[in-house]
Amino acid sequence: MSEKILIKGNEAIAEAAIAAGCRHFFGYPITPQSELAAYLARRMPKVGGVYLQAESEVAAINMVYGAAAAGVRCMTSSSSPGISLKSEGLSYLAGCDLPAVLINVQRGGPGLGGIQPSQADYFQATRGGGHGDYHIIVLAPGGVQEMYSYTRDAFDLADKHRMTVMVLTDGILGQMMEATATENGEQTADNRQEKPWAVGGVRGERARNIVNSLYLKPSELEATNLSRYEKYKQVEETEQKYDSYLLDDAEIVVAAYGASSRIAKNAIDEARSKGVKAGLLRPITLWPFPKKAFAAAAKKARAFVSVEMSMGQMIEDIELSIRCSRPVTLCNRVGGMVPDPAMICEAILNANKEATA
Amino acid sequence: MLTDGVNITVLAGHYGSGKTQIAAFLAAELRKRHERVTLCDLDIVNPYFRTVDHRALLESAGIRLISSAYAGSNVETPGFPPEAASVFDDPGVVSVIDVGGDDRGALALGRYAEKLTGNAAILLVINKYRPLSAGARDTCEICREIENAGRFRFTGIVNNSNLGAETTAENVLSSLPYAEAISQSLSLPVVAVSVMKGLERELADKIEHLWCMEIYRKWVSL
Repeated sequence: MSEKILIKGNEAIAEAAIAAGCRHFFGYPITPQSELAAYLARRMPKVGGVYLQAESEVAAINMVYGAAAAGVRCMTSSSSPGISLKSEGLSYLAGCDLPAVLINVQRGGPGLGGIQPSQADYFQATRGGGHGDYHIIVLAPGGVQEMYSYTRDAFDLADKHRMTVMVLTDGILGQMMEATATENGEQTADNRQEKPWAVGGVRGERARNIVNSLYLKPSELEATNLSRYEKYKQVEETEQKYDSYLLDDAEIVVAAYGASSRIAKNAIDEARSKGVKAGLLRPITLWPFPKKAFAAAAKKARAFVSVEMSMGQMIEDIELSIRCSRPVTLCNRVGGMVPDPAMICEAILNANKEATA
Repeated sequence: MLTDGVNITVLAGHYGSGKTQIAAFLAAELRKRHERVTLCDLDIVNPYFRTVDHRALLESAGIRLISSAYAGSNVETPGFPPEAASVFDDPGVVSVIDVGGDDRGALALGRYAEKLTGNAAILLVINKYRPLSAGARDTCEICREIENAGRFRFTGIVNNSNLGAETTAENVLSSLPYAEAISQSLSLPVVAVSVMKGLERELADKIEHLWCMEIYRKWVSL
């Protein structure tokens, strides 16, 4: 790790992509992620990479499809409405088992919505977004340092499982600046896996590879779905990731990811000072959801509070993970509004009162 | 203070170098000595962090804020408020102008380039700890891009090297050679070193022109 730098979340993602050996970025501007593209426009030519501003989000994701099929590390980024546009491409990437990294710096919706922070794309991210049976891995960093490290991890995970990995963040984290440690020098991506399935460079030396998601025989299409879901089962088993704060003796478990989790921490301190044993369980992977950690927490906890900048989306995964064995309440703001510690603290105190009654 | 005899101070520099914070600080300092102080937000680049977020604070301090009617409204258009022209034409006003980041932001200032005459201080804000301006050479390159886009020449440098809330006195001290190298290369004086409140005790006897700033934050509970 080098000396720290002062960097925006959006820029940290861009810098991490370069460190991970990504040399192909296809972008399109949208607030609040535009710094990411602007930063790579300046950096990519200096490291011999390709920065291409596509004519639309749809074009950008299909350029990613092509680059991924050719076996290179590649990325695109957008914010909520732009991710909707990319959803068709996501489905095709999944249908071809292509590794790629997609960044979503969420803003308020639905529709054109607004430009202020939001977490309302949880369902879209964790339930696919596009058509067909598929999953993507979803990572939710909690600060600028994690935006750097999990973006790096995203490329490794994508290659390892031949899946799209989304880094799901929001306007707060994308725009905020924090002192961050980055790695020295340019990585040559030694950790890249061999990609014997990639297209290109045959030169008469091997049989051609074909990357395609079209299977007109139902039996063949069923077989690809079944084998893909075997892989997903493995990913669910091995890649669940979470963080916690004062969780060991927690009777009220606050669940929050990303920017919400940072605010929730303050509220937990406040609740503790009022005598309520509150703790934080912060999912880092939203898919696969850290079900095991939630099931374990439910054994000791009396109630859960889901803190979201959405209308109650993650709450469903919490209830499923704990098999509805404890009450789960929602504490939220939406549309670009951000929950404050006081309202989260009140939700914790209420959950405690209900559980005691 | 550097602004003696100057009635327009312009702050420009790399994206995220700290222009908006310094502009607010300077306006507050100037207000202590001048009756009519205007802070003019000419940022056409960043719709997220705007002086207008602190309008109430500034106005309660007796500072007039000129900002696009759209600033902070989420329907940002890259346009200037019509009142902006008044800071150039009213000799009784002392003004601070906050320009958007990089050459793209400075392009807008070119509209008023011919009015930036001898009574204006045009300051380049630098931060050694920002990744794209970490080297003196890169910073000089950015400086030239800004000058060419805005059709003006800087008159001085503000060394705002910081690591946000984590900044130590040591971080500030180790940025001095960087600022000096840029100063030499551009033939511009370093007019001040700006730091957040709390660091001045350790630095006051080591740095001559120290600006000690209150930091304004958009999201307070993070």
